[in-house]
Amino acid sequence: MKLSTTTRAAAVSAALAGSLALAACGASNEGGTGNAPASGSSAAQLSGDLVGAGSSAQQAAMQAWQAGFNTEQPGVTFSYDPVGSGGGREQFLAGGTDFAGSDSALTDDELAKAATRCGASGPFELPNYISAIAVVYNLDGVKDLNLSPATIAGIFSGSITTWNDAAIVADNPGAALPSTAITPVHRGDKSGTTKNFTDYLGKAATGVWTAGAVEEWPTSGGEAANGTSGMVDAVKSGAGAIGYADESQAGQLGIAKIKVGDTFVAPSPEGAAAVVANSDRVAGRGEHDLAVSVNRTTTSADEYPIVLVSYHIGCVEYADQAKADAVKAFESYVISKDGQQAAADNAGSSPITDDARTAAQKVIDAITVTS
Amino acid sequence: MSTETTLAPSGTGGNGSPGPVRTHRRLPRYGVAALYLGGVVVGALLSALTGFSIALTVVYGVVLGTLAVYLVARRVEGRRKATDRLVTTVVTSAFGIAMVPLVSLVYTVLDNGLGRLDSAFFNSSMLGIVGEGGGAYHAILGTVIITALTAAISVPIGLLTAIYLVEYGTGRLKKAITFLVDVMTGIPSIVAGLFAFALFALFFGPGIRLGIMGAVALAVLMTPVVVRSSEEVLKLVPNELREASYALGVPKWRTILKIVIPTAIGGLGTGITLAVARVIGETAPLLVTTGFVNGTNLDPFSGRMTTLPTFSFYQLTQPGFPPEFGIDRAWTAALVLIILVMALNVVARLISRIFAPKTGR
Amino acid sequence: MTTTSAPPGPPRPTRRLGDRVFAGSATGAGILILLVLAGVAVFLVTEAWPALTANSADLPNGKSLASYVAPLVFGTLVAAVIALLVATPLAVAIALYITYYAPRRLAATMGYVIDLLAAIPSVVYGFWGIAALAPAMVPFYGWAAEHLGFIPLFAGPASTTGKTMLTAGLVLAVMILPIISAISREVFGQAPALHREAALALGATRWEMIRMAVLPYGKSGVIGGAMLGLGRALGETLAVAIVLSASGGITFNLISSSNPSTIAANIALNFPESSGLAVNTLIASGLALFLITLVVNVFARWVVTRRAEFSGAN
Repeated sequence: MKLSTTTRAAAVSAALAGSLALAACGASNEGGTGNAPASGSSAAQLSGDLVGAGSSAQQAAMQAWQAGFNTEQPGVTFSYDPVGSGGGREQFLAGGTDFAGSDSALTDDELAKAATRCGASGPFELPNYISAIAVVYNLDGVKDLNLSPATIAGIFSGSITTWNDAAIVADNPGAALPSTAITPVHRGDKSGTTKNFTDYLGKAATGVWTAGAVEEWPTSGGEAANGTSGMVDAVKSGAGAIGYADESQAGQLGIAKIKVGDTFVAPSPEGAAAVVANSDRVAGRGEHDLAVSVNRTTTSADEYPIVLVSYHIGCVEYADQAKADAVKAFESYVISKDGQQAAADNAGSSPITDDARTAAQKVIDAITVTS
Repeated sequence: MSTETTLAPSGTGGNGSPGPVRTHRRLPRYGVAALYLGGVVVGALLSALTGFSIALTVVYGVVLGTLAVYLVARRVEGRRKATDRLVTTVVTSAFGIAMVPLVSLVYTVLDNGLGRLDSAFFNSSMLGIVGEGGGAYHAILGTVIITALTAAISVPIGLLTAIYLVEYGTGRLKKAITFLVDVMTGIPSIVAGLFAFALFALFFGPGIRLGIMGAVALAVLMTPVVVRSSEEVLKLVPNELREASYALGVPKWRTILKIVIPTAIGGLGTGITLAVARVIGETAPLLVTTGFVNGTNLDPFSGRMTTLPTFSFYQLTQPGFPPEFGIDRAWTAALVLIILVMALNVVARLISRIFAPKTGR
Repeated sequence: MTTTSAPPGPPRPTRRLGDRVFAGSATGAGILILLVLAGVAVFLVTEAWPALTANSADLPNGKSLASYVAPLVFGTLVAAVIALLVATPLAVAIALYITYYAPRRLAATMGYVIDLLAAIPSVVYGFWGIAALAPAMVPFYGWAAEHLGFIPLFAGPASTTGKTMLTAGLVLAVMILPIISAISREVFGQAPALHREAALALGATRWEMIRMAVLPYGKSGVIGGAMLGLGRALGETLAVAIVLSASGGITFNLISSSNPSTIAANIALNFPESSGLAVNTLIASGLALFLITLVVNVFARWVVTRRAEFSGAN
C-alpha cells in the first residue's frame, strides 16, 4: 500500500503542476491592458466596467469594437454576452446590463418598461450594425441571376420549384436556365437574419409571402442550415440550392440581383447603409430613439432593401457618471469611421453613412448622468 | 446426427482410411482465397462500369466472393457447413463495417484538425482575435475547471452511495436507489442541462449562465456512472478481508476506510477516470448552462465560461468572418477533445494496472 | 461468486460515533440521488409550467403546445428507430465476432477499440457526420429517389447536401453501436459453457452452436441493450443538431431535406437565442423527452433484470 500511495500522490501532484503551469502562463493575447499604450488617443482615460448583452449577429463586430475600444480606453472592462436579441433586451430592461444589442427595436411594451429602467429621458436606440443580406445560389452555368421579390417569396414558400419556372424566366429574359429542382435553404436556428429576410419578403412581396416576419423559419419544407456558415456550406454543396446570408460571407457563391423599382440591384455595403439612412424613423418615439422601419419597398436603384439592422439600446441617463462616460465613449467609438471600418473588416458589416453618423452623434452627446 | 451420412460424401475413395470414421471433405484454404480474389476482380470490373471506386470494389468483392464460397461450399461440403461459412463472413464483415466509421472519423478529424494544432492554440484565447490565429486557452481552462468541479460534486456522492449500496443498504431503499441510479444513467444530457438551468433560473432569473451550472448539469450525468462502477468494484472486495478486520475489533467505518477502499482503490480510480472521460466531452448541457465568452474566465461562480466542446461547436456554427479560420479552430478543438478522452482512457487502464490488488479474487 | 455479494449482515460492531456518521452520510448520499432525480422532474415541471398554462397564441408557433411538440416527438422517434434498426443487427454480429470468431489474442483489443467508439464526444460525431458521412450519402440518395421512389421512405426529392433523417439516424446508429454490442458481448460470453460444448460435441457447426446455445440465452440481454441504446439515441443532441436539416413537418420521407427536428436538437439550436416564454416552451419539450426516455429506460432495466433473475449465471 505504501508504494501505491506515493505513486498516487506523485500522480496527483504531477496533474496539479500541469494545470497550474497552464494557468500560470496566461493567454498570450490577454492581460496587459494596463500597460497597453493608448495609441495616440488623447481622450480622457476612463475606468469602470461596461456590460452588454444581446444579439449574436453582432458578436463578431463586438469583438472588433472591443479590441478597438480597449486600445482607446484600456481602463474600462468591457464585456458582451451574446445571449440573443430577446434575452439582451430582457436583461437590459431588468437592469442587469448597461446596454443591449438587438436585431430589432424595442417593442411598445418594452418601451414602457424602458421608461422605468431609464427614467424620464427614456432609452436610446442606435442602428449601429448594418449588414446586407445577399440571396445566394448555386447553379451551374448561371453567372447572373435577377430575381424580383415575388419570385424570391415564391421560391422560399415552395410554390416555385424548378429553375426554369416561368417567373424566374420572366426575371431573366434570354438566360439559359436549367430545369434543375430548386432547394431553398433557410436557417434552422433562430436568427435576426431570418427575421429581416422574412420582413423583406412580407413587405416587398405582399400576397405571396404570408408568414410574416419571424426569427424562426415559419414554413416546413426546404433545407435547414445552422448559422451563416452552415447556410453558405449548404448552398455551396447543393446543386440548385438558394439561400440568404450576409453578403460578406457569400464567398464564391452566386449572388442574385434583387429587383428594386425597375432595376436589378446587387447587394453592396453602400446600398445597405443608404436604405437604412433613408428609411423613416419608427413613428411616435423619443428624440433619442433612432429606430427605423427599413423601407423594404424602396424604388431607388442606389439602395438595397434586404438588410439586417441591429441596434445598440441603452439609457440616455445613467445614475452613475463613470457609466455614462463609458457608454458615451464606447458608442462614440462604434459609430466613428474607425469603429465602423473595424466591424466591416471583422464582421463584414456595412459602415453607416456620414449623415447617419451625425444623427447618432447627436444622440450620444445627449447621454448624461441623472441630475 | 442422422444427417451425417447423407451429407458427408464417402471418404473411402481417396486415402482409403480404415474403420468407420468418415472424413468430411473440406474446401482448401487456397480455394477460399481464390474465390474471394475472383470476387474482387469481378467487383473491380463491375465498379469500373460506373467509374472505378475502391469502396465499391471491396463491397462487390466481398459480396461476390461470399456468394461464390457459399455455392461452392454447398456443393463440396454440404448445406450446414456452407451456412456456417456464410455466417462467418457476415459476422466478420459486420465487424469490418463497424470499423469504417471509426477509421473515417479519426481520419477526418486528424485531416482537418492537425493544421491548427500549434502552440498558439494552447496559449491564446479568442479575446480580440480577428480572423486568423487565436486559440482555445480559455476553453481548455474552462473544461478543466468545470470538470474538476463536476468531479468534486459527483465523486463523494457517488462513492458514498456505492458504499451505502454495498456495505449498508438493505431492503426497499437499497432496491429503489439501485433502480433509480440505473434510470439516472439514461437521462439525456440535454435534460440534465435543462435541469441545472431551471434550478438556477428559479433563483437568479432566466439570463443566468455560470460555470457552476454546467458542473451541476454534468454531475447529474456523472454521479450514476460513478455509483455503478464503484459498486461493481466494491463488491469484488473479498468478504474475508472485512471479516478479518471485524474479528480484530475494528469498527465498520474504519474497516471500510482502511481495508475495503484501499483494496479497491485501483478499480475506483479507473471507474472515476472513465466517468470523467464520459462527461468531459458533453456539449449539450453546457450549451444551455455555461454560455460562451471569448476571454478567459477562471471563476465558475460568476460570468460565462467557455469549454472545449462548446468552443468547438460555436467555432463551427459561428466561425466569424472569413469563416475558414474559425472552422479550422473547431476541428482542432475536436481533435484535442478526442486526444483528451483517449488519454483519460489510457490513464484509467494505467490506474487499474498500477493499483491492481496483489491478492487474488 | 461468494465474493461478489455484500457481507450478509456482518457482526454488528458497537455503534460508535464514527460509525453513525459514516453510515449516515452514506445513506444520505443514497437518498440525495433520489432527491436529485425527483428534483430533475420538479424543476423541469416548474420551469415548463408557464408554457403548459400559457395562452396558446403566445407560444412560439402561435398554435398549441401539442402542435409544437408533436413533430419534435415524431422526429425524435424516427431518428432513434432508424438508429436502432441499423445498430442492433450490427452490434449483435460484432458481439458474436468478438466472443466466438475473432482470434483469442485479438478479441480483447477489438472489444476495447469498439468501446472507444462510445468514448468519442457527440459533438465530434456531428462534425464527422456533416463533413464525411453526409456528402458520402448524397449519391445514394439520388439513386434511391430515382429507383426506389415508389417506397414512401425514399419519395424524395433527394437532398443535395445529405443532411437527411437517414444520415442522422446512421450517425446515431454508430453512436449506440458500442452500447448494444458491449451488453450483447457480456451476455453472449456468459452463455453456459456446458451447453456450448454439448452442441459442438454433437457435431454442430459453430453457427449452429451459436444459434442453439448462445442466442436463446442472450436474447433478453440483447433486447435490454437495444433499449438502452434507444434511450441514448432519443436523447442525443449535438450530433443530430449538426447533421440534420430540420425544417419541421411530419414526414416519413427519409432522404429529402425537409425533416422534422428532434426534441434535443431543437432545444440546443433555439435555446441560446430564446427568451421569455420560448424558454419555457423548450423546457416543456425537454420534459416530454425526459418522460419518453424514462419509460424506455425503465422498460430496458426491467427486461435486463428479468434476465438476471431467470438465468442461473448470476
